Amino acid sequence: MSARLAQKIAFAVLLLATLLVVFPVIIILGIIVAKGASAISWEFLFSMPRDGMTAGGIFPAILGTLYLVLGAVLFAVPLGVLAAVYLVEYSSDNWFSRLVKLAIVNLAGVPSVVYGLFGLGIFVTFFRFGASILSGSLTLGIMILPVIITSAREALESVPRHFRTVSLSLGASHWQTIRHSVLPHALPGILTGMILGLGRAAGETAPILFTVAAFYLPRLPQSVFDQTMALPYHLYVISTQVPGIAENVRYGTALVLLTLVLLLNLAAILLRSRFRRKKKW
Amino acid sequence: MVSAGVKFSILGLHVHYGKLCALRDLSLDIRANEIFTVIGPANSGKTTFLHALNRLVDLVPDCRLSGEVRLDGVNIRAGLEVEALRRKVGIVFALPLPLPISIFENVVYGLRMQGIRDPRLLDEAVERSLRESYLWDEVKDRLRTPAMNLSGGQQQRLCMARILAGQPDVLLFDEPTSGLDPISTARIEETMLDLKEKYTIVLVTNNVAQAARVGERTAFFLMGDLVEVSATSKMFTTPVDSRTSDYITGKFG
Repeated sequence: MSARLAQKIAFAVLLLATLLVVFPVIIILGIIVAKGASAISWEFLFSMPRDGMTAGGIFPAILGTLYLVLGAVLFAVPLGVLAAVYLVEYSSDNWFSRLVKLAIVNLAGVPSVVYGLFGLGIFVTFFRFGASILSGSLTLGIMILPVIITSAREALESVPRHFRTVSLSLGASHWQTIRHSVLPHALPGILTGMILGLGRAAGETAPILFTVAAFYLPRLPQSVFDQTMALPYHLYVISTQVPGIAENVRYGTALVLLTLVLLLNLAAILLRSRFRRKKKW
Repeated sequence: MVSAGVKFSILGLHVHYGKLCALRDLSLDIRANEIFTVIGPANSGKTTFLHALNRLVDLVPDCRLSGEVRLDGVNIRAGLEVEALRRKVGIVFALPLPLPISIFENVVYGLRMQGIRDPRLLDEAVERSLRESYLWDEVKDRLRTPAMNLSGGQQQRLCMARILAGQPDVLLFDEPTSGLDPISTARIEETMLDLKEKYTIVLVTNNVAQAARVGERTAFFLMGDLVEVSATSKMFTTPVDSRTSDYITGKFG
């Protein structure tokens, strides 16, 4: 077999593999848009559900998911970034830091339903937050913590060593060096971790199942100690638990969830590219 | 006791990296306002020597030190905060390493870290130090542009300006021209000769001719040992040790 032919076959296989990755995404998106687009309306997006959720809108679920994602990010990003700064810039390579790193890797592999049970045990029951936005946000926050820490660590480690040496050699303290010569340059990478975390927190059902999500609420949550409806759980409810929901409403809900995650990601990506443009080396 | 004219005095300095000995029982004096050059082949401890003078060796996790380094008679490990020491003893590295910020911000970085905010003071420091490093005329109209856009030689002069802004006592140069073309090298050397009026300069170089051109006194390091230290003209004409003459005539290194 000639080298040219072998190359053609190799290219064909690679292309096929790539198409196989893209194909399901396109089909899923296509089906959801085709079946759900007809449900999308002003009323669907911005009004309360009516008639046993068979009519009206999904506004409380959209708002609830936004609250939960915001809460999770507010909790997990500062905590994760500080932990990453400690691991990369302060701790030496000893048994303790290795244990922490191992714990983070393992945390990333824990199934989301286990986080849900953990949140139920700790936040709902032990801290007596009850089933509430606070409990749900904290549970989601802990779930995305490994993603945030890992990407922040990689971002910090990819800042060239000599930035630190130069900064210290100019008489800056260790913390000033981190604050002015390391963190600003790691920011795009840290935001990438936040984006990944955002998407995951918005879409997960299991962690909010026991900690916050409500089947149906006639009014919007008034404080962080209230329960709320949320899109992923609402989708599960109307798809399997309540009979007689029109198909386009179910697909419409899925479409809204997808679009919401996409919009959150888009916002974060725009933010990141702004920081990237400012920093060059 | 501070003997007049001595800037740095080094007494019995040993530096180990783990089990590896980088400097062995080093004792020498560096006089104020001289250009003290250090020559020697690779791995002879030259950079370690510079980094011991402003405590950058502290950044190496398994580095151990013994002996004493005194700056103006003060032990740099006991009588001085490390940040203050590094402001007094600035260093220019082998490669031009500007930070990925504007020219202006590179120059005032050290001052900002000291908490100086007054824009007038910062502007003055930028102009003064860029003039001292002969970069002012080339960059005065684009101080707010990224330092990374400068040429290699300009970047290295920016790195000089950056330490001059903090009004140091001593300038350490670690093979500052190893990445530069001959013209940029000549400009850096001229700048050093001017700067010695105000500052004490320690120049590590692997270019023997450079040591001969700008040095007043020269030390020859080999495998962590100080072989010989004497007036540069004397070392290049009548070296005491045969290893020194072998090195400067190019028999090894």
